[in-house]
Amino acid sequence: MGFILNVNGKDMTVETEGETPLLWVLRDELRLTATKYGCGIAQCGACTVLADGEAVRSCQMAVEDLADVKITTLEGLEGKHPLQKAWLKHDVAQCGYCQPGQIMSAVALLSETPDPTDEDITDAMSGNICRCGTYQRIRAAIKDAAKNSG
Amino acid sequence: MKKQNVKSPILSRRSVLMGFALVGGALLVGPVSQMAKAVSEKDFGKFGPFLKITSDGIVTVISKHCEFGQGSHTGLAIIVAEELDADWQKVRVEMAPANMALFGHTKLKIQITGGSSTISNSWDQLRRVGASTRAAFVQAASELWNVPAVEIMVDKGVVSHVGSGKTTEFGKLLRRAVEITLPAEPVLKTPDMFKLIGTENTFRLDGKSKTTGTEIYTEDVQLPHMLVAMVVHSPRFGGKLVRFEAQAALALSGVVDVFEIPSGVAVVAKNTYMALKGRAALQATWDDSAAEMRSDFEIMADHKAIANGDVAGEWGAFETVGDIGSAFKGGYETMACSYDFPYLAHSAMEPMNCVAQVEGKRVKLTFGAQSQTGDQRIIAAIIGCKPDEVEIETLHAGGSFGRRSVAISDYQSEAVYIAKKIGGFTPIKLIWTREDDSAGGSYRAMAYHKIKIEVDKSGYPLAWQHRLVSESILAGTQFAAGVRNGVDRTVVEGVQGSPYFKAIAAVDAQVSMPKSPIPVLWLRSVGSTHTAMAMEHTIDQLARRADINPVEYRRVLYKKAGNERHLRMLDFIVEKSGWGTPIEDGWVRGMAIHECFNTVVANVVELRMEDGEPHIRRVILAVDCGLAISPDQVRAQMEGGVYYGLSFALYGEVKIDKGIVQNTNFDTSRVLRMEDAPIVETHIMPSANRPSGAGEPGTPVVGPAVANAILALTGKATVSLPFVKS
Ligand code: FES
Ligand code: FES
Repeated sequence: MGFILNVNGKDMTVETEGETPLLWVLRDELRLTATKYGCGIAQCGACTVLADGEAVRSCQMAVEDLADVKITTLEGLEGKHPLQKAWLKHDVAQCGYCQPGQIMSAVALLSETPDPTDEDITDAMSGNICRCGTYQRIRAAIKDAAKNSG
Repeated sequence: MKKQNVKSPILSRRSVLMGFALVGGALLVGPVSQMAKAVSEKDFGKFGPFLKITSDGIVTVISKHCEFGQGSHTGLAIIVAEELDADWQKVRVEMAPANMALFGHTKLKIQITGGSSTISNSWDQLRRVGASTRAAFVQAASELWNVPAVEIMVDKGVVSHVGSGKTTEFGKLLRRAVEITLPAEPVLKTPDMFKLIGTENTFRLDGKSKTTGTEIYTEDVQLPHMLVAMVVHSPRFGGKLVRFEAQAALALSGVVDVFEIPSGVAVVAKNTYMALKGRAALQATWDDSAAEMRSDFEIMADHKAIANGDVAGEWGAFETVGDIGSAFKGGYETMACSYDFPYLAHSAMEPMNCVAQVEGKRVKLTFGAQSQTGDQRIIAAIIGCKPDEVEIETLHAGGSFGRRSVAISDYQSEAVYIAKKIGGFTPIKLIWTREDDSAGGSYRAMAYHKIKIEVDKSGYPLAWQHRLVSESILAGTQFAAGVRNGVDRTVVEGVQGSPYFKAIAAVDAQVSMPKSPIPVLWLRSVGSTHTAMAMEHTIDQLARRADINPVEYRRVLYKKAGNERHLRMLDFIVEKSGWGTPIEDGWVRGMAIHECFNTVVANVVELRMEDGEPHIRRVILAVDCGLAISPDQVRAQMEGGVYYGLSFALYGEVKIDKGIVQNTNFDTSRVLRMEDAPIVETHIMPSANRPSGAGEPGTPVVGPAVANAILALTGKATVSLPFVKS
């Protein structure tokens, strides 16, 4: 079946079964591979994207339910988001595999809560696993980005 | 500025290139001409296999080691850039192809990344690359300007002569520099001349790609006509396929093929989702007659039976000091303790995966390879070609923690078997799901330590008897020669070589390594994942028994052992952590110190119990890793190491019920999240010694520090991990 998805401000047509998780449509069909697979069961956050500005797990969203939803992936930030700059300043990434999901969760946090407390950050980010252990730098980078864009 | 030594014997560029080949090629079987064929001078530019410089002034360092998060690529590039006096903004790094002759580990003589040895084994090698190339640029400028070489300066890729005011850049001098023969013994900088090493002037070269999502991991590879494959594995280790029912899977659109491979049944599909669906539709029946049928607690019980002598085991002695025979005769008091450690899964963020292409005897793998030479040998045997004919393109990996350097090349072989069946050099991307990865074995082995200590009147050890039961990592693999006299060093390291043993009159440490169909493997810090706990928690129990402060207790033993390095570390961590100063009610400190891969790490944790679980708010960490190439990356590895080690100490265990792994995803396998992550405060010991490793040594120390804090708080010793049982 054909579906029209709005991804990073562009309408895109995909031929697939309606139940296909957005994660695999992004990665395999649209070749937007920043969004990662880590668990497939909404536990790790590697697949986090924005749906109408809210952080969602793309492994849990069927493509047929996304007709009027604006999807944003890490590619959609075009490297210009203050969080991306803060991520570089703090050299957050190690293996980097979790970072697209981390950054998208942080983007949603800051758009909702421009000046987050430590607790806000913990609440927003604890759904994103980082096996390399970059949590401390993620926290610092979010604070830095909040300060500089606030 | 040091004088460039241009009078020393010089070699032609060609022979310098070959010189490198020979350095790394002690195990080289073929003639030199073959090597030259595999990698030509043209491929690597004029400055040898580790460096390319182009006319735009871009300096590209070729890394023989892979990058899976530890910053190895950046670290290697810093070493070259330092001696070259390159402009860090113009430095790039590229991964080398699989080629043992050119890119072998200088000590292990195979191409592999591990043992936290990336920096240490490349240190001399890459400094010389940078320094000799710098000398070529200096010589070129000297000839061009007709001024003495000693008067020429290089800084940030700019070559200048102060007297005449002449200045140029690497890019512009390139054409002349490549004509200069490189000095074989270039003069290296002294540490006071460093502009990048040991400074905060560098940043990770992969930061940008990993922050914008452009880094391509194995999972992201898309090639024309690529197919995606998944495999149904036996639910039990050692199970054999009896039959399978492919019809339902083949009936699905998008499923291309279903067939048997040695490790199970492969489903090949047009894309990932189709492969997932196809696999779910597949029915397979297994013969478990040779499979592991025990549950985890039964395997541990069998380990204990061997340690207790209830079941005969083969024992290998790995530490023998003095005469243990005269100890434990009743004249002195004794203390006994034991620890059991569960299986651990590596759980890298990117589950295992591999892209393979095969046509006849031609084979190419594209993936996050960590043990290129080992993989080449195993894949060559499958394909029927020579190991060095197996092409490997190494990508960044989404973590490994040792899993990707699996000695049996399990997932790599699967990809190759599937690609071989499909043929035509069609790219096959084998994907393991999280569940496959968790149930796929090659775990940190279960381990049991049983220790008996005789103490003198003041409570210090006179005799130490240590029995360790754990499966061998190396036995039965291509690295089996590493097992000597019944001892696999990777199992016992950390007990073996413990600094305390030099302060004890009689030591008798032995290991027994039972076999199981469950494959085991190194996991970040390897033997130390359990031996650090066995030694450091025992020391605190001894100190408590003697009613001596654990710091003083350690100091006495380190002194007696004459271990200056540990004494310095002890003073350093006491100073940095505020050990002995008051702390709020309910909070307590715990300390541990451990050496791993020539790096000494100390942790002091601040802990309290919350709802019966240890809660750690802060870890003060001190590290002596010799000269820190990039202090910020050392800190990053210490932070990551602590989190990784804390994650497995608090929650890590592979639960096995009658041979079947139960906790295969993050809903049932708890890992450390931001909400549990303490502040990690890293202090690097100033040092001018050769750099040692940083990737692993930060991992194993936090667990015993937590156990020691709990001991201080509750008086209870930890006897089994994880701390938090699910
Ligand atoms: S892949 Fe979606 S949350 Fe893990
Ligand atoms: S950076 Fe590797 S998992 Fe987060």
